[in-house]
Amino acid sequence: MIRVVDLHKSFGDKKVLDGVNLEINDCESVVVIGGSGSGKSVLIKNVIGLMKPDKGSVFIDDVDIAGIDNMDKLNEIRKKFGMLFQYAALFDSMKVWENVAFALLRLHRLSEYEARAIAIEKLKSVGLVDVEDLMPAELSGGMKKRVGLARAIAHDPEILIFDEPTTGLDPIMADVIDRLIISVRKELKATSITITHDMNSAYRTADRIAMLYNGKIIETGTPEEIRNTGNPTVRQFIEGRAEGPIHIEGAGNGKSLGRV
Amino acid sequence: MRNLIELVGRLVMHFLTEMGRVSFLFYNVLKKIISLPVEWQIIAEQMIAVGIRSIPVVLITALFTGMVLALQTYTGFRRFGAESLVGTVVALSMTREMGPVLTALIVAGRAGAAMAAELGTMRVTEQIDALETLATDPVKYLVVPRFLSGIVMLPALAVLTDIVGILGGYIITVGLFGVGSTSYWKRTWDYLKMDDVYNGLIKACFFGAFISIISCYKGFYTSGGAEGVGKATTGAVVLSSMSILIGDYFLSVWLF
Ligand SMILES: Nc1ncnc2c1ncn2[C@@H]1O[C@H](COP(=O)(O)OP(=O)(O)O)[C@@H](O)[C@H]1O
Ligand SMILES: [Mg+2]
Repeated sequence: MIRVVDLHKSFGDKKVLDGVNLEINDCESVVVIGGSGSGKSVLIKNVIGLMKPDKGSVFIDDVDIAGIDNMDKLNEIRKKFGMLFQYAALFDSMKVWENVAFALLRLHRLSEYEARAIAIEKLKSVGLVDVEDLMPAELSGGMKKRVGLARAIAHDPEILIFDEPTTGLDPIMADVIDRLIISVRKELKATSITITHDMNSAYRTADRIAMLYNGKIIETGTPEEIRNTGNPTVRQFIEGRAEGPIHIEGAGNGKSLGRV
Repeated sequence: MRNLIELVGRLVMHFLTEMGRVSFLFYNVLKKIISLPVEWQIIAEQMIAVGIRSIPVVLITALFTGMVLALQTYTGFRRFGAESLVGTVVALSMTREMGPVLTALIVAGRAGAAMAAELGTMRVTEQIDALETLATDPVKYLVVPRFLSGIVMLPALAVLTDIVGILGGYIITVGLFGVGSTSYWKRTWDYLKMDDVYNGLIKACFFGAFISIISCYKGFYTSGGAEGVGKATTGAVVLSSMSILIGDYFLSVWLF
């Protein structure tokens, strides 16, 4: 269980998170939606301890990850996590299989032979075959994301974090990635937090959707509840309109700039 | 005038904050250097990148520096009949000064730039964050091996520079100006003390530390995409080179 309590984070005088509260139950899939630059990435970086909040706590099974200063203890907790980055963040000096096997080789101390076999298995589970000896630079965007997914699940984590898994992909590849996410979650029985501004993807993969706006979670609910929400801000976002309570710079004259 | 003072003040402040943060990274590296496991494979890769791959350019620079030193010294010393001392001057200059400083400047341009660019790219593409999420300490995994290879490879390259520089001096003095071979070597060995060599190597060791820490620092804290990586790389070379030249003075005061 993950509990985000009154999380604050600013950069300079720019408030990004202004008291975020969010609970995620075991095995639940929560999707956080919000506009570009609303602080979604900052939120999950605080959850996994890549950033320290100015104020507030993030409890991972009752341990406050924001309060841990010791690198070894932090790494112990991080072993519970697997994260897929927005641009995959593959290690470009390593082959595909070495990327996927990174945690197995280093943390679990498996032999190269065993780790490679598991890596190939995990790559197959995300629909990739015969790519293990390629370098990341030789892969397409969708393939990189899938390798990133394979790397995130290689050490069988309990908590999965996905940062915009479908952004930048064509709609078909986005659906492929969504299905993969659903299937790996089931297989690992993992808790997951997904960040997105792709509503189709959110409806497909979420047990619960939470909307981040102005540094706060302004609404949470099942996909059905969010679809029928009365909150005008949420309505504007999920319908993708430029006019409404969310003010977008340069969206005057009723000319729509499209999605937030 | 007021603006000038303000500008100087800001530059000094910037330099001092930068140095403070570099020192903090250095402290972190020292703390993690002894902790297990040792990253042998990455250390080896870095030693090759910093040391072995720098050998050709270091050799050429050392040879020509030794040659030009001999050329200039011979021209000057002939005026008061001290040609026989050319070997001494070349050997002392190379071991005490030129060997370590030139090697360091070359490595700063080659390996320092590469370190900053590599770590900078890893930072802006979130690869460093990815390392952390895979429960790997990026300072230990990325910075410590580069630091170790810096402090080991710089003295090794400096030894090479010393030898080749002295050979360059020999080629010019003996080959071109016809000074006797035996007298050249005798003069070289008579006045060269082992301390000259050791102190030069200690300097090289410090320069290796400066280059690797500064370049890793610049790369590690890169922000702002591809442009940021470019800035980090330039910054790494400029700051390393400055620290080498300024540090050289103070190390010379301390060591000699
Ligand atoms: N390391 C950082 N330093 C300064 N500002 C940052 C940093 N990380 C994020 N920000 C700022 O925080 C805001 C939210 O960013 P982010 O969480 O990446 O947005 P998104 O919701 O699109 O993922 C942005 O305005 C960004 O400029
Ligand atoms: Mg983001």
